[in-house]
Amino acid sequence: MNRFMAWIAFLFGATYFALPLLGMAEFSLSMRRGVYSLDAYRAVLADPQFQATFAFSVVMALFTIAFGILLVVPTAFWVRLKLPGLRPLVEFLTLLPLVIPAIVVVFGYLRLYNTSSWLPMTGTAMGTNILLMFGYAMLALPYMYRAVDTGLRAIDVATLTEAAQSLGAGWGTILAQVILPNVLPAVLSGAFLTFAIVIGEFTMAALLDRPAFGPYMQILGANKAYEPAALAVIAFAITWACMALIQLVTRFSKHARAQR
Amino acid sequence: MAFLELRNLEKSYGATRVVKDFTIGVEEGEFISLLGPSGCGKTTVLRMVGGFETPSQGAIFIDGKDVVALRANQRAIGMVFQAYALFPNLTVAENVAFGLKVGGVGRAERGARVAEMLALIGLRDLGDRYPFQLSGGQQQRVALARALAPRPKVLLLDEPLSALDAKIRVSLRTEIRAIQKRLGITTIFVTHDQEEALSMSDRVVVMNGGRADQIGTPFEIYNAPTSRFVAGFVGTLNTFDAVVTDQAAGGVTLDDVPLVIGRRLPVAAGQTVGIALRPEAVQLGRDPSREVVLPAKIVEVHFMGAVVRIAAEVAGRKFTIDTFNRVDMPPPAVGKSVEISIAARDFLILSDPVEGGQPRL
Ligand SMILES: Nc1ncnc2c1ncn2[C@@H]1O[C@H](COP(=O)(O)OP(=O)(O)OP(=O)(O)O)[C@@H](O)[C@H]1O
Ligand SMILES: [Mg+2]
Repeated sequence: MNRFMAWIAFLFGATYFALPLLGMAEFSLSMRRGVYSLDAYRAVLADPQFQATFAFSVVMALFTIAFGILLVVPTAFWVRLKLPGLRPLVEFLTLLPLVIPAIVVVFGYLRLYNTSSWLPMTGTAMGTNILLMFGYAMLALPYMYRAVDTGLRAIDVATLTEAAQSLGAGWGTILAQVILPNVLPAVLSGAFLTFAIVIGEFTMAALLDRPAFGPYMQILGANKAYEPAALAVIAFAITWACMALIQLVTRFSKHARAQR
Repeated sequence: MAFLELRNLEKSYGATRVVKDFTIGVEEGEFISLLGPSGCGKTTVLRMVGGFETPSQGAIFIDGKDVVALRANQRAIGMVFQAYALFPNLTVAENVAFGLKVGGVGRAERGARVAEMLALIGLRDLGDRYPFQLSGGQQQRVALARALAPRPKVLLLDEPLSALDAKIRVSLRTEIRAIQKRLGITTIFVTHDQEEALSMSDRVVVMNGGRADQIGTPFEIYNAPTSRFVAGFVGTLNTFDAVVTDQAAGGVTLDDVPLVIGRRLPVAAGQTVGIALRPEAVQLGRDPSREVVLPAKIVEVHFMGAVVRIAAEVAGRKFTIDTFNRVDMPPPAVGKSVEISIAARDFLILSDPVEGGQPRL
């Protein structure tokens, strides 16, 4: 009986999530009257705007991930090793992006870094891109920090660090060769989450007026019928691929089995 | 100057001094144990030598050079931890090669050294395994090989055997000592296990409350403890107070039972002196070659295999007596009245003031 109820609940949930998706997928295939076709997808993929904005967002995502790793891994490591008392504070700080709306942050950026400010980053495209990357990194911070911190919890950071030091290693070597490889599954899951966030982000890119994928989806959605549905399916596929990769990475890291 | 010299080392955390005036010279190739109860500062001393803690005062010389200002990674010190601390993402061979790689040793030389080290610890064929595929004993041997590979000047081991089960602990003990002797590496070994310290070391430092209470060979520490603490901590001991009757000749009475100590005593007649006796120095039965023979009553018998530990009541006190198991001599029955014999030279005279008087088990 209990089992039966559980199945009912599961089916209800699955329907709740799956039906709209199915409807959208069905609609995206109906561009040609009367038959299912991939016309909408073809149209989207062939759109030079799609290619340009998607490429832009992918590159931004990669830079954001690199920046996030460089920022978060040493920070989380240092906090765990030397400042364990500060952990609650740092955790709180990394959670702030969840409660401060992106739009507030962007207006803050624009105020601080506009063309007549002391550091006119919005004056050039490159400067604005860098600013956007900082914004993305901040949005991803809660996920990245949590992932890395959990990864660090699984290893004996203090003793491994001391072992490496006694063998002659400096901080750089310790971070790159001892800490990073051991939290790599965690870092990668953080990275895929970051990727998914950056690809779908709209507010910051739109307000900073960068040709990113999020604003493109919005424009397309406002002007076309079938293509936005196709685009949404593609975006979902990307997100799910990221999630699947997180699972794969966690499962197949060859030395991590001992700790699980 | 000794090869490794610790001079008047002090370490305080806030207002608590956890290491006090710690001085010792360790000769090149010597194996020294720091022995003491939990919290007495053993690890702290070791970590100061390793460069993980800065002494509040004092100096550390390695090979004539003051190393206090050097960071841990500049000291050329090998360290083995209780928790193994192997790098989980590296294979056994890569773990052993880590220090060599960091030190800029070329690939070919590195490979040769790793092979040599794996042979030394008897794990020649396990180079490709990951740490999680090894037993605790194997992991600790790899940790030893990893620490030794870059040819450190000093090897530090912090309770390396504590996480292992009894059998492995004893066999690895012998193995570590053999490797240490073969390489002639200066070693400090931290343990709270007296058997470990006594059986492995050239010299033992017994620590108490952050201080080195006594430094000596295992033989000296066991047979001539200079303080009540050392006497009580190392091995089992019967201690009791006796009233001096003859200071010069060493005569005392224990509840009106006269005993012959046979040496000049530190206190005058009429005063109390602390006397101690190892359980194995007491013999069951009358032995005419021993100066002291006393009546006793058997209270408890613990058959432990090679050793039979007996508690007997002597002059109103409980004495612990150890005898070797013998096929032709079953242990005495509880409640039986016997005689015990003690040689005068086996009495230890405790110089610090008397407290208690009960044997410590
Ligand atoms: N970082 C620290 N801050 C404050 N006190 C410390 C610190 N490290 C050690 N202590 C204190 O110093 C004393 C000595 O510690 P230490 O670790 O050297 O003892 P130990 O002899 O190695 O004990 P054990 O056998 O339990 O390992 C202890 O009382 C401990 O509480
Ligand atoms: Mg300790």
